[in-house]
Amino acid sequence: MPKLTIDGQEIEVEAGLTVLQACEQAGAEVPRFCFHERLSIAGNCRMCLVEMERAPKPVASCAMPVGEGMVITTNSPAVQKMRKGVMEFLLINHPLDCPICDQGGECDLQDQAVAFGADRSRYEENKRAVKDKYMGPLISTIMTRCIHCTRCVRFAQEIAGVPELGATGRGEHTEVGTYVEKALTSELSGNLIDLCPVGALTSAPYAYHARSWELKKTESIDVMDALGAAIRVDSRGPEVMRIMPRLNEDVNEEWISDKSRFACDGLMKRRLDRPYVRLDGKLQEASWQDAFNAIAAQVSGKAGSKIAAIAGDQVDVETMAAMKDLMAAFGSTNMDCRQDGAALDASNRASYLFNTTVAGIEQADACLIIGSNPRIESPVLNARIRKRYVAGSFPIGVIGEQADLTYAHTNLGAGAETLSDLADGKGAFAEVLNNAERPMLILGAGALARSDSAAILALAHAVADKYGMVTGDWNGFNVLHTAASRVGGMDIGFVAGEGGLNTAGILAGAASGAIETLFLLGADEVDVSKAGKTFVIYQGHHGDRGAHNADVILPGAAYTEKSATYVNLEGRVQQTTQAIFPPGDAREDWTIIRALSDVVGKTLPYNNIEDLRARMIAGNAVFGDLNTVSAASWGAFGTSGATDAAPFTSGVDNFFMTDPISRASETMAKCTETLSNGAEGKTGTDG
Amino acid sequence: MSTPVDNKPGPFSFSAENVERIKEIVAKYPAGKQASACMPLLDMAQRQNDGWISVPVMDHIAEVLGMIPMQVYEVATFYTMYNLKPVGKHHVQVCTNLPCWLRGSNEIAAACKRVTGAGFGATSEDGMFTMTETECLGACVNAPMMQIGDDFFEDLTAENVETILTTLRNGGTATPGPQNGRHGSEPAGGLTSLKGEGEDA
Repeated sequence: MPKLTIDGQEIEVEAGLTVLQACEQAGAEVPRFCFHERLSIAGNCRMCLVEMERAPKPVASCAMPVGEGMVITTNSPAVQKMRKGVMEFLLINHPLDCPICDQGGECDLQDQAVAFGADRSRYEENKRAVKDKYMGPLISTIMTRCIHCTRCVRFAQEIAGVPELGATGRGEHTEVGTYVEKALTSELSGNLIDLCPVGALTSAPYAYHARSWELKKTESIDVMDALGAAIRVDSRGPEVMRIMPRLNEDVNEEWISDKSRFACDGLMKRRLDRPYVRLDGKLQEASWQDAFNAIAAQVSGKAGSKIAAIAGDQVDVETMAAMKDLMAAFGSTNMDCRQDGAALDASNRASYLFNTTVAGIEQADACLIIGSNPRIESPVLNARIRKRYVAGSFPIGVIGEQADLTYAHTNLGAGAETLSDLADGKGAFAEVLNNAERPMLILGAGALARSDSAAILALAHAVADKYGMVTGDWNGFNVLHTAASRVGGMDIGFVAGEGGLNTAGILAGAASGAIETLFLLGADEVDVSKAGKTFVIYQGHHGDRGAHNADVILPGAAYTEKSATYVNLEGRVQQTTQAIFPPGDAREDWTIIRALSDVVGKTLPYNNIEDLRARMIAGNAVFGDLNTVSAASWGAFGTSGATDAAPFTSGVDNFFMTDPISRASETMAKCTETLSNGAEGKTGTDG
Repeated sequence: MSTPVDNKPGPFSFSAENVERIKEIVAKYPAGKQASACMPLLDMAQRQNDGWISVPVMDHIAEVLGMIPMQVYEVATFYTMYNLKPVGKHHVQVCTNLPCWLRGSNEIAAACKRVTGAGFGATSEDGMFTMTETECLGACVNAPMMQIGDDFFEDLTAENVETILTTLRNGGTATPGPQNGRHGSEPAGGLTSLKGEGEDA
């Protein structure tokens, strides 16, 4: 480990670091624009100049690797003068429009100009102006502000894997853009906004809506996909203004997907803000008491077997726990948290987790993707796969749809037959998996949301066993869920109990009349139009598909409006924090069930969320361990049997609209439109 | 560089002869570094494609060399010698930097405009000439000068510029080099030293 002296202080740092990183470790602040830990080194902003002993000129610390015995000065008058000079050059062509710039108040250039720049400008000539670029409906560009740090170019190429941005022209005529005008085709494009150190790339939906200092910042967890990315909810009064990523090295590093970031305008649209009861065939506004009375009248004296509940994709664990208790009180075991009908085995935790963990992908040395398009099912996880791919020697095989995943892969086949061949050791990829020391497989919703999913699970288990994917400390068996609630629901056991019906059984029962009362907890992706005479109670936050056929609607809270537990696909138990209040009469979901239990005479034994959580922990100890992942033990699961010859498809058709919030979002509607506009806005994942 | 709006190009592929040359050029670089051949290929494509490079041309080069199209755009827009818009039959580049200007490049430019009718950045109506104002081309000794196609025309006057351009317009050929009869960059008034056999000291 090289030793160097920084500002007179000796420090020993890891070899391979840059001088800039060493300075940071020594506590010396070095300003920078182009340098970013997760991107390649460009060295083109020159803001990080420092003095190095025996070097004739100042060195760009971001591009200089540390060496033994270096003597670095970051605070001499000469360095201060250099920074002042560089800053003056950067500001030559930068407009003085901070008062109308959305980056104002959270702008690196603004902050560093104050900290390191001169107090006035000597520049009197004309500034250049650059034509704005079109980068799709999410990113608003004011390219005159660009200082050519090329962070966006490097992000698009290295992390997102869509090398569509570049710096064309030279000198004063340099412009960052796509050259041939088109929307950026990445599901991670919103991260460009965070990376841009100036106001050249800003959020289009958020444009001119708020200033960063008037926002209340609440740290929370994303539920738009199963990854459970760390987010910060920025709200003002009753409204969520924007969603930003938070750092979580184990999950999302510092990225979030465009849906996580931009669907938040859907939180203000089509909300259920009061209870409704269907009277004479029409949904009418009602009080909580009337709604509860209507339910009580329906369920009183009914056999438990005629009552059922289905939980949707964004339901928190507390709500499912309370509902499960209420169902038990009714004497019913008809419940399911798997709207898509996947035959996941709740008794075996390893069978439904992403066991390798997201960070663990970086240790794998071969990957088999089955019936999944991770790019649209979980873009940030896909970026992790790409990160591993870019590091080299990472063969990836895909069974399922042909798609642009942003990394090279071999398409092995379309469906179950290929998987079964692979389980028998046939095919070229068998060799690859055999040679791999830490192979992994990713089983997607496209392979599981089918009638033969138990057989597919068994096949995947066989493949995992055959190629040694599960050994000692390595578990390469992974299920990629598309719903934030799924793992939590499995952990709390919100699945058909003994003699109970699963989703398909419940829906069939509703159609035949065997099920007379059906609770839908935010379940909008099941088709209840055939439910005929069944009394449907919809509890959720949006007037989406599920609410349309409901007889009673109970307004609940969205994920930004409650402190609730979600378990991500790795089995990481995380909690959201309430940022704003639910609109109107809407309430936190578990309290609704608790209140209902009183009215129907089956009072649940908890009065506050601590008691409820204690009960959850008593039922399953995993809920006691927040933010960590514990390995699940491997066992037998799946039922071998006949498989369907139909090819695997992705579990997600339209990345931008997968749940009630994103379906209500105007921004997501615009993205969908751009996506369907053919060549210009095509993402490459839609066929 | 904004999107070239006047690009109305058809598909492009290299001629059979150029395909052979590409193999030779690519072979000069280590395996896996074939992107180094980007610039010679751009030049070759420009010559094949009537003197300019369209987006399909760049896309084709990216495909041939296994590059990202954006990287080819970046190279092509960085260098002024790649024309990203259609040019006339003769691409006339007049130097207006200091030495040429001191020696009368304004008159040269005016003469060009008289003959072609096109100012800098424009193409003559008959499609014969595209005029470009260029930075120093390194022929200051023979200022003023201009470049037509690949050839330098030096020691220009308004009269011989008109002659050259008119000849070219009529389909003739013009002789490149100094137009005042001097040889290369020798002194304009004839040799001043080393005139005879060396004398013994």
